[in-house]
Amino acid sequence: MLEELIQIEAADSEPRAIEALDALLSGRGAEVDTLTGRRVRDDLRRQIALLERRLGELFASAFPRKGFDWTVGAVGGPRVLGIAELERVRDALAVRLRESQAELGRRGEAEEANRGLLESMITAPERHHWIRISNEDVGEPGCRHWHSRPRWGILGMLMGWWRVKLSSGCPLPEGLRPPE
Amino acid sequence: MDDDAIPEAGWIDAELRDELPGLGLRYLLVDRGSGRSPRSVKERLAQMSNRFSGPQAINLRHQPIPWAYRVFYRHIGLDPDDQPTPVEAVALERIKRGGFISQNRLDDALTISIIESGVALRAFDADRAQGRLGIRQTDDGEELEGRPGALPTGTLVIADEARPLALLFGATSAGRGVHPETKRTLLCAVQVEGVSDIAVEEAIWLASEVLRS
Repeated sequence: MLEELIQIEAADSEPRAIEALDALLSGRGAEVDTLTGRRVRDDLRRQIALLERRLGELFASAFPRKGFDWTVGAVGGPRVLGIAELERVRDALAVRLRESQAELGRRGEAEEANRGLLESMITAPERHHWIRISNEDVGEPGCRHWHSRPRWGILGMLMGWWRVKLSSGCPLPEGLRPPE
Repeated sequence: MDDDAIPEAGWIDAELRDELPGLGLRYLLVDRGSGRSPRSVKERLAQMSNRFSGPQAINLRHQPIPWAYRVFYRHIGLDPDDQPTPVEAVALERIKRGGFISQNRLDDALTISIIESGVALRAFDADRAQGRLGIRQTDDGEELEGRPGALPTGTLVIADEARPLALLFGATSAGRGVHPETKRTLLCAVQVEGVSDIAVEEAIWLASEVLRS
């Protein structure tokens, strides 16, 4: 449906270009301005739609990671926006998309490194003393964490008996119960 | 009201029709006000609460109708992350409160319909609206009752033939919304580009069915 919408919008802009040319040839300059302005606004709206779709995809990919800023800011409405305002919205969306992609990329690299560390920690806990890795560190939902610690406390520390303990998960939910 | 009544198409200002193709308003008169929700509606909300959870809320933006409203919000200068679209607002409440909590018959009807269809719905007191409804831009000095000062010229509003009833996707004019004494309700759906007629009609029928249950 998204593609359909975009195709429909693209198809709509063609007759307007022909109308504008007809108007220009018949000396109706003001009408040309109107048609051109509308065509530019349509193009900007189409670009905003595409950027919004990409931002939505990124939003879903970023879940459950926290700390992203998805807001773009309102230019003030509800009203019909002019070209400059639509450009502002488009540019703000493009900047937000680029920043979010970069942030997601940075976090992805850190999470990949943490996954590698977790694997080596599980394989050889005696070489990773007291390291604690949470689900959040590897980009997973939930509250689980892996902790490298000695078996039997200080005795295990002295003897080098290290192991990785896996936590039991999130605390039990609290708050309002769903309706009966 | 006839069970098979077809929602009426509201008028759209000519300039808006050209500028924002796909924008539409459909509404249906229901001979009922609000009131307490029956047990069947509460059970339906509870079932919906079980079906609708975090993953569904996250994926809303991927669905064509919620996406279309987000895009339209951007087109008219609103930020859907700051002022959520109707379906996202309902989904957010579900996540915050742990379920769809029953409030009254009308709100429950709107919640059920918005979540099931994704279409933006709202309601007005039919006896306080004059003539047909539509969407237009405000003129100089026009006000929204109950709100101090004039609205900026060109603000998009849902209006009857006399005055603005509400901002498009915003506040309702004082006394024009549904209140405990309302006898007849106007269920309105705002249609935007990318939302089909059938989805809008289904949304209104669903809400009216719940309202009449």
